[in-house]
Amino acid sequence: MANAPKILLFILVGLLTGISGYTFHFAEGFSYLTDDPRACVNCHVMRDQYESWQKASHHAVAVCNDCHVPQEPLARLGAKLRNGYAHSQAFTLMDFHEPIRIREVNRRIVNDNCVRCHSALVAEILPHKGAADPSWNCIQCHTASGHGPPR
Amino acid sequence: MPATSTQTLARTVIYAALIIVTAGLTVAMLLLWQNIAERKEEARQLHFRLVELTEDIVDPAEWGKNFPRQYDGYRRTVEDTRHGGSEAPPSRLEKDPLLKLIYAGHPFAVDFREARGHAYMLRDQDVSERTKRFPQPGSCLHCHSTPLQAYRQHGRQAGIGDDRPWEQLIKGFEILSTMPYERARAFVSHPVACVDCHEPRTAQLRVTRPAFLIGIRQLARSQAPVPHLPSIAKWRQEHQAHLQAGRPVPEYDPNMLATRQEMRSFVCAQCHVEYYFRKPDKLLVYPWRAGLQADQIEDYYDRLDGDGFSDWTHAVTGAPLLKAQHPEFEMWSQGIHARSGVACADCHMPYRREGAIKISDHHVRSPLRQINVACQTCHRFPEQELEARARSIQERTLALVSRTEKALAELIEALNSGKQRGADPQTLARASQAHRRAHWRLDFVMSENSDGFHAPHEALRLLAEAIDYARQGQWAIASPSTR
Repeated sequence: MANAPKILLFILVGLLTGISGYTFHFAEGFSYLTDDPRACVNCHVMRDQYESWQKASHHAVAVCNDCHVPQEPLARLGAKLRNGYAHSQAFTLMDFHEPIRIREVNRRIVNDNCVRCHSALVAEILPHKGAADPSWNCIQCHTASGHGPPR
Repeated sequence: MPATSTQTLARTVIYAALIIVTAGLTVAMLLLWQNIAERKEEARQLHFRLVELTEDIVDPAEWGKNFPRQYDGYRRTVEDTRHGGSEAPPSRLEKDPLLKLIYAGHPFAVDFREARGHAYMLRDQDVSERTKRFPQPGSCLHCHSTPLQAYRQHGRQAGIGDDRPWEQLIKGFEILSTMPYERARAFVSHPVACVDCHEPRTAQLRVTRPAFLIGIRQLARSQAPVPHLPSIAKWRQEHQAHLQAGRPVPEYDPNMLATRQEMRSFVCAQCHVEYYFRKPDKLLVYPWRAGLQADQIEDYYDRLDGDGFSDWTHAVTGAPLLKAQHPEFEMWSQGIHARSGVACADCHMPYRREGAIKISDHHVRSPLRQINVACQTCHRFPEQELEARARSIQERTLALVSRTEKALAELIEALNSGKQRGADPQTLARASQAHRRAHWRLDFVMSENSDGFHAPHEALRLLAEAIDYARQGQWAIASPSTR
């Protein structure tokens, strides 16, 4: 029975793969590869954000991913991986700040996306460093564009 | 062959380690699956109806079986209070000796303490010297207990059937309120309860306290602007249309017409208001016929029964004074938060998360106890910054309150010495009127439970006027020839 440990290991690896695969499916893992805003309310913590977006002006022209992830494919995947991990960890351990607040790195992404669509309008007023200038913050004033007035 | 046996051992160890690691990962993955499953379960917001709730179930513990999370919060109003209520020293009279002079002749000069959590409202009422040493009416129980069932029962006994619920409620309210406190006390057993604010079958918000229902009708019928209460403005328009068309005019009914956001303030406004006991039967009345602002309420009192109303006569000056109660709803109505559509519950019962469930916090308390959920939902500033802003409003108000107290105390002494000197009656009447005006304004701010926060400008305006009236009264005594 020299092979016994090997067989047991194979069984365990198979079990792990199966359970992991099922957990991924159960958590609707593939939905996060799409642009469907409903994926962002899979875990219901984002319900406020989802519902307020539905009632705000940008509802007609932009989904979550138009504003909250970069548009270049690699950067986009990177942002999804980074935030996906952070969100999963926060929601599993329930150790996040209430109310939920955007992190600086993600606010920069939103800002870039504002400029991406509205560049014709804002080109003349961009700072010298362009949209990357940290003092350039569209949503400091335009608080209600994405999610309606704060409530 | 030591080499081979070492190799076998090493292989066994590696296998064993791999098996343990893989098994551990499998367990971790199962735990993760379980956690995801729990969150999904929570998100369904399952509601178990274990008890069939009816109007007759007053005990919050029964409601708690259906709404355990809300009940948990409700029960926690016993804790987390800065103050000790009627049982705890020191009384405010010891901390601020001027209050004894300011309230001379009123039960508040005997016992005056800070309030504490909802859970204590009935107990604190029972042990206060103000009910033990002074005869009080059953009216007190309108807000210090959950009296709805007792009102209905007394209305029924007076011969008004269940087919006329409004008349039945009002009749019971009148009977119970005009009884002596001790007699009426036997018919109630709980402090504020679920049934006061929620419809039993649907848990929908509702208002049930008769004095509020009558008061808000009268406010709706008045001309006073109430831009923060849109359903009243709408009712007034329809009211006009009905009048012009010669149709009968239905009364304003908050349970039918108020928006959900208005209801989230109205449930609190059932009690956190200015009130008085009608003479001579001591029925509870909310004085909103001329509006909610301190001046409008004063105007109402001045005209009441022709020659005006007073809660008591000041023991030193003999001035007919008004005792402001706890006009939180009225003060909030003058502030920026009300104008912005923010309800009482938004700050005092903010939404919070339990797992994936969102509930309103039934542990009603100061928003400064949980600035993140109470304030940061709208105000995107650090907690320290928000707390500093609130505290600066409160500290400035309190500083001006103590300045006003001194001015009022000096007026009281001036009036007293004027009387003893035998000043002419006209002068004394003028000073006494100033005492009434100054006291009402100071009391309106001092008795209101936010230290000015609910409407900072209004609070400071009232205190400024109070100081002015106090000094005018003093001046009248000091130089009676000038005006």
